[in-house]
Amino acid sequence: MPANAPGSAVAAPKDNREKLLERAMSRHQYSGDALIEVLHTAQELYGYLSPALMKTVARKLRLPPSRVLGVASFYHFFSLKPKGEHTFVVCLGTACYVAGALGLVETLERRCARAGQTSADGKVSVQTARCIGACGLAPAVICDGVVLARVTPQTLSGELERIGVK
Amino acid sequence: MTVEELFENQNAEMERQGELQNRIHCCTAAGCISCGADGVRHAVAAEIERQGLKGKVEVCGTGCLGLCGRGPMVWSAADGQLYGNVTAADAPALVATAPEARAPLADRAISPQDPFFAKQQRIVLAGSGRVDPERLPDYIAAGGYQALAKALTEMTSREVIAEVKKSGLRGRGGAGYPTGLKWELVAKQIPERKFIVCNADEGDPGAFMDRSVLEGDPHRVLEGMAIAGYAVGAQQGYIYVRGEYGLAIQRLQTAIKQAEREHLLGSRVLDTGFQFRIDLRIGAGAFVCGEETALIASIEGKRGQPRQRPPYPPESGLWGSPTLINNVETFANIPPIVRQGGEWFSAIGIEGSRGTKVFALAGKIRNTGLVEVPMGTTLRTILFEIGGGIPGGRFKAAQTGGPSGGCIPEQFLDIPVGYESLAKIGSIMGSGGLIVMDDSSCMVDVARFFMEFCMDESCGKCIPCRAGTVQMHDILLRVTRGEAAEEDIEMLREMAELLKDASLCGLGQTAPNPVVSTLRYFAEEYDAHIREHRCPAGHCKFEADPERKEVTA
Repeated sequence: MPANAPGSAVAAPKDNREKLLERAMSRHQYSGDALIEVLHTAQELYGYLSPALMKTVARKLRLPPSRVLGVASFYHFFSLKPKGEHTFVVCLGTACYVAGALGLVETLERRCARAGQTSADGKVSVQTARCIGACGLAPAVICDGVVLARVTPQTLSGELERIGVK
Repeated sequence: MTVEELFENQNAEMERQGELQNRIHCCTAAGCISCGADGVRHAVAAEIERQGLKGKVEVCGTGCLGLCGRGPMVWSAADGQLYGNVTAADAPALVATAPEARAPLADRAISPQDPFFAKQQRIVLAGSGRVDPERLPDYIAAGGYQALAKALTEMTSREVIAEVKKSGLRGRGGAGYPTGLKWELVAKQIPERKFIVCNADEGDPGAFMDRSVLEGDPHRVLEGMAIAGYAVGAQQGYIYVRGEYGLAIQRLQTAIKQAEREHLLGSRVLDTGFQFRIDLRIGAGAFVCGEETALIASIEGKRGQPRQRPPYPPESGLWGSPTLINNVETFANIPPIVRQGGEWFSAIGIEGSRGTKVFALAGKIRNTGLVEVPMGTTLRTILFEIGGGIPGGRFKAAQTGGPSGGCIPEQFLDIPVGYESLAKIGSIMGSGGLIVMDDSSCMVDVARFFMEFCMDESCGKCIPCRAGTVQMHDILLRVTRGEAAEEDIEMLREMAELLKDASLCGLGQTAPNPVVSTLRYFAEEYDAHIREHRCPAGHCKFEADPERKEVTA
């Protein structure tokens, strides 16, 4: 199973996604108790949880759609909107916070999009995390699934230029 | 694998490792990986190949070596030498067996006598940095699964519980409930279907002990859980692990598969009648799921909202069955307790707090990383001897227990660390996050930061927590902006009492702790913000207009 850290790039071949999701549900005998596992798989395959996708999951697991939406919207991990091409997750845990993580959020907000949103060109999603457990490396940013250590606004800008953000 | 085979395998692996000229352990915990540890490991492997030393020198991945701030770290087994800030270019020097060839590394060598290591006592982290977390033989060579073997073949379940009780081990997740008592409660329940749950939803910001244990020594946790299963009569265990911990999840999956293949888990464990399965449940990013009833709801596929207790999970937990929930570090303590006896364990530490505690050192401190010290060690030792002190600043406070804990000021640096002693000064042991702040940190802003955390993470079920955290955050925000009045402090105190008394679960009940403790020890900082519109730490930015101090309610 791929590491589903926040911001890990999601790319699965489009054709067999349905089959893979079906397999995940059947592995759990279509039990409603497995809703969170199934949503994890669905998001891994499709990148985000669209209303249609949630309805499909609800039908197959024989759950009311409200329960699926309730769970999907409760947990931070599930994204109900499509993500950008690249994802930056700024850790705002205590260690990162006291090491100046807010400055990194400001940099990203100035150049890309507000935290929790995706830039207008769909290139970059900016997210914040509660604590990614990399406190020894504070402040840390996860860029497309890779943890960057001791980030400064300058190195972050360099990273943005690398992926072609003007 | 039978018990005899377990010992045979141990000897075989020890012999194999003993014949090597050297074994080079590259830290492959998440911290070191993000500073390039994978590259180091591959370079060392290539170098061994190039020098034709295959079979004589070996490279392996290993769990956290402790000094995360100086990653990537490498430990050379032959001479017991540790190196920090290693790069791929150092591979030839690492592989070389002649001492003079090590010269290029000399300036990055870390002596084992360094206070960072000398003052530690590693029980939970004993295997971390020594065993390859992806190889079962490594764990077995280090005596792994022998505690399980001992429990299954030489002890009754009652004796196992007695041993855990004797050890004086208390829950390492934060609340500190005596582990043996909890086990006994579950064991007493009549229903046949029982569950073991390992709480690996390490959500406190600034805490990464559990992640390191899972990444560095996953079999130790599995063994602890299996022993618990035997002791209380459960056949199924779940590990509820944070979704953010990709590497820990991967290592656990590998470890479970290995253990099942060798019959250390599954049916007929170690060729006895005992059966025990472990499944993973991946969290989806909700801090409240660290609360046991919310965690149970989440495993059941529901919104992670806590419920009223009692009944407590030992009576009615997962799907209504008796459920034992312990934290990762608690389970990791079990194998050594069973192997060496409760008495041995209870000799470590202080009255009421036995054994060791793992702390994650972070913030304004020279040696960030993971340390394990006997209970009763003073904060001064942890921060200034092991941690190496504060670089370029003055110590202001140490924050323990995350958003449920408090800030400890300088005058308490000499109290011995334990559950009761920390509670007495308004903080908690918590899960082990220890964040150091110097005079550039504003304590009001720190309180606001934690309140914002609780506000966001409140599940919304009960009103005191849902609405109270918003109100408290609002006041704190106004203080940091210089817009608050003195009555606001009274209001903060009143709300703190209310949240503590009226919230449904621990999240809301403890959410005011950072506010209460900063009000207690850093009241002058609140005053400076309110009266003088000044932030002593120079952190808060006030609006230019000083006339804007009157605030409408």
